[in-house]
Amino acid sequence: MRNKIIYFIGLGFVFSVLFYSCQSEDQITFARYYVNGKGLYEKNCQNCHGANGEGLKKLYPALTDTTYIRNNKARLSCIIKYGLNEKIIINGQGYEEKMPGNTSLTAIDVTQILVYTGNSFGNKLGAFQLENVSAGLKDCR
Amino acid sequence: MKFYLFVLAGIFILQACNSGNNKTLPILGERELADRTVNGKIVQDTVYQTIAPFRYLNQDSIPVTDKDFNGKIYVADFFFTSCNTICPQMHRNMLKVYEQFKDNPEVKILSHSIDSKYDLPSRLKIYAGKLGIEGHQWEFVHGSSDSIYNVSAKNYLVAAYEDKSDAQGFVHQGWFILVDKNKRLRGAYDGTKADQVEVMIKDMQILLDEKVDAK
Ligand code: HEC
Repeated sequence: MRNKIIYFIGLGFVFSVLFYSCQSEDQITFARYYVNGKGLYEKNCQNCHGANGEGLKKLYPALTDTTYIRNNKARLSCIIKYGLNEKIIINGQGYEEKMPGNTSLTAIDVTQILVYTGNSFGNKLGAFQLENVSAGLKDCR
Repeated sequence: MKFYLFVLAGIFILQACNSGNNKTLPILGERELADRTVNGKIVQDTVYQTIAPFRYLNQDSIPVTDKDFNGKIYVADFFFTSCNTICPQMHRNMLKVYEQFKDNPEVKILSHSIDSKYDLPSRLKIYAGKLGIEGHQWEFVHGSSDSIYNVSAKNYLVAAYEDKSDAQGFVHQGWFILVDKNKRLRGAYDGTKADQVEVMIKDMQILLDEKVDAK
């Protein structure tokens, strides 16, 4: 009986260590992606979309329309890499300027930008996995 | 309570110091000495570089000339509407200048397009509209590429020209050039940097308060 108790306590301990270490590894990856993503955003996106994702009047849309961002979550990686050229409505304002592609961005760059933009400016999309993003990028267009 | 008084006193002292600040802006560009006769005597004057007369078409296809800038201070820059590198950031910052001095008859903004082929007045009009600019305090102007490249380099000391090897086809610097009421160059600021543009806005106030010497 006593052995069993010790066994269960031990097992619980092992599981919780596993659980916490996994979780914190995810958190570390998330934090790393977020920070790198911010740098990439400043380099590739900020001139048009602004430091706070505020956009520029009717020329460049804001990235603060959380509904648009959430509804288009699956397409975001394609927009980032290949640009966008269609009529969209962001925060109630129509836009039809062309966003140029950033074809030099790699899958990991795109993932990091997604983590940053998807969790800034009021957006709360959570983590993005590199494998999913690279698979998604193959199906753009 | 005592602490608040202390803070208040501190603020007063700081402001007192600030108001004693008579900063003047340097005069930039080339200069030469010229003789002038005053009461029969020859005196020497320093003649500073000034902006040469110009004539362009603005966003409403109305001619804009140097005369429209007489007695005004203005900020000049060079851009093109399809520029997707530094221009959005420059004009995001220029909007702050516009909003700060909105409806002040002594302040204008002059944005020269360096893409004379595509940026016809109609296109400049659409661009200005999307930026939310009305009226003519901020002029977006179209001119032949020769005249624009010439004026950028010679008058405003800014590099802007066509370059086939550049991804966007132009070499072009993001300077904001501040010009005084006598059309002399008084400051150059990196228009892509928000903090530099803040400095420029303060300097513009200094220029506005400056007495214009009779010419
Ligand atoms: C040259 C300016 C420019 C750059 C640089 C740029 N965009 Fe865009 N972006 C646009 C324009 C214009 C649109 C609207 C396109 C349309 O209407 O088809 C847009 C649309 C978007 C959208 C969808 C609409 C919205 O507002 O949510 C997202 C998301 C986006 N951009 C993200 C990015 C990211 C991330 C980067 C950097 C990798 C970037 N953009 C770089 C101009 C730009």
